[in-house]
Amino acid sequence: MTLLLRGRAHVYGDNIDTDRIIPGKYTKTLDASALAAHVMEDLDPDFRERLKPGDFVVAGNNFGCGSSREQAPVALQTAGVSAVIARYFARIFFRNAINIGLPVLEIPDHDISMGDELEVNLSTGRVHNYTTGQTYWAKPLPDIMLRILQAGGLVNYLRTHKTF
Amino acid sequence: MRGMTTVEKILFQKTGQRVRPGDIVIAPVDGLMATDTTAPGALRAFEKMGGQRVWAPEKCAFVIDHAAPAPNERIANLHQMMREFARQQGIRLFEIGEGICHQVIVEHGYVRPGYLFIGADSHTPTYGALNAFACGVGSTDLAAVLLTGKIWLKTPATLRIRCHGQLRADASPKDLILYLTGKVGISGATYMSVEFEGEVFERMSLAGRMCVANMTAEMGAKTGFVHPRGLKLPYPFEPVEPDPTAEYARTIDVEIGELPPQVAAPESPDNVHPIDRYVGTPVHYGFIGTCGNGRLEDLQAAARILRGKRLPEGVRLVIAPASRSVLLEAMLDGTAHTLVAAGATLITPGCGPCVGSHEGVPADGETVISAANRNFRGRMGNPRAQIFLASPATVAASVLAGYITPPPPDEAHNTEAISTL
Repeated sequence: MTLLLRGRAHVYGDNIDTDRIIPGKYTKTLDASALAAHVMEDLDPDFRERLKPGDFVVAGNNFGCGSSREQAPVALQTAGVSAVIARYFARIFFRNAINIGLPVLEIPDHDISMGDELEVNLSTGRVHNYTTGQTYWAKPLPDIMLRILQAGGLVNYLRTHKTF
Repeated sequence: MRGMTTVEKILFQKTGQRVRPGDIVIAPVDGLMATDTTAPGALRAFEKMGGQRVWAPEKCAFVIDHAAPAPNERIANLHQMMREFARQQGIRLFEIGEGICHQVIVEHGYVRPGYLFIGADSHTPTYGALNAFACGVGSTDLAAVLLTGKIWLKTPATLRIRCHGQLRADASPKDLILYLTGKVGISGATYMSVEFEGEVFERMSLAGRMCVANMTAEMGAKTGFVHPRGLKLPYPFEPVEPDPTAEYARTIDVEIGELPPQVAAPESPDNVHPIDRYVGTPVHYGFIGTCGNGRLEDLQAAARILRGKRLPEGVRLVIAPASRSVLLEAMLDGTAHTLVAAGATLITPGCGPCVGSHEGVPADGETVISAANRNFRGRMGNPRAQIFLASPATVAASVLAGYITPPPPDEAHNTEAISTL
């Protein structure tokens, strides 16, 4: 896994639910690119066009609330999002993202704006905003989540360790 | 010594560890469940993990409920993948028409008081009605449980909600939990366990308790428990109760005696208001069903309002019973006949149009009044329709009137609890 990520921020508000990340009508598929084709479409129809590979989704409180669909972080990851930053996350989304190897960073007091250029250091949790010059620190992950993320996700973790 | 909340006590029983909020444990699981939205991804992850045999097939269940019967060939093939895996592994698969996962799992005894149950669906906390620690996860977490029989969990802090008084005759358990969801907010219980206490629950049916526990998911909770006092189940059980000295992160006291019927307005389940504010809003489409309110007493409540009546022109009503046995009961006691005679469309037991996949997608500009538990934008398949959430009685009264209107008082809401689902 790349430990130093750089890209632009696509910023959204509070309580972005999984129906907005990927509507339920598209979720019944194992084709990740079919999910990515509809990511965020009811929230921001231009998101796909503006998104460059490696960019970040940045949100307020409770990102990913609602359904347990893992298709939500898969759609973001497949579309090219390299990490999601939020003030805090809904719990199932948070687990799902780590499990599929999509880094999620909790920064309770960030004020990142749309289009800001960020550098995210996954090993230290440091997020630097090149546009404003500010630096933030993400809340550290629990040890078990860190190990899963470092393995590239829960599939790889269990393929190696066989159990928890 | 510091006492334990319900969730701490169940984790203690499973792991032998006295845990505090924030502690991470690896716990053995008593049962798991996945649906046609989450099982296909879980099976693929299971194979990629190198999985050969699932840890305990008799403790696992798959349910085809989210898009059942299959609306297209892609989904038909995902269902087939579930059937083949279940057959190879000896896992019970509940076919199309058997019902919604959360109903089927309870009816068939896969979850019991004191269990730690993992479901690949966000409304898994529904089983807190049965005094179980039930937690929703996504596909890859589910695959890990299939493989190992274990899950890692962060011990949640507990939010206690104490209700004082009894419900009015025009208010149902759904009105109560909508009100509480509005009060706590959509992220007010994030990462937490919610415990409901109060005399109102002691006489509440299992169906009502499930409706209440179900919507803790809409508060962001990891799990929720309705206090087991008064819980009646068709088998003997040892209830898990919180210690008197348990420590709660927060306690909310709520007077419920004067609570009027409630609605959650678009586009969030916590946008809850007394119904008065929206009375007169035209509705085009009513829906009764889901893991929140598709049970026999919900259908009966609607039937009492619609008996001998006919839906007005320009309004439709879709009803999805929560399970095959709910449908059979509703056929036997005349409820189904009453509803269909009034103009309702009865569809396959299952999730129906709640997830926007099929069986009744609303049109642009339409207003839906629904007994479901989510009304996010696009939830029912069309981002240009708006969804109000309410009790089954309010849905029935509103489609009959053609606009949002409160139901008449109905003493059946407050009758002695019986264990009907």
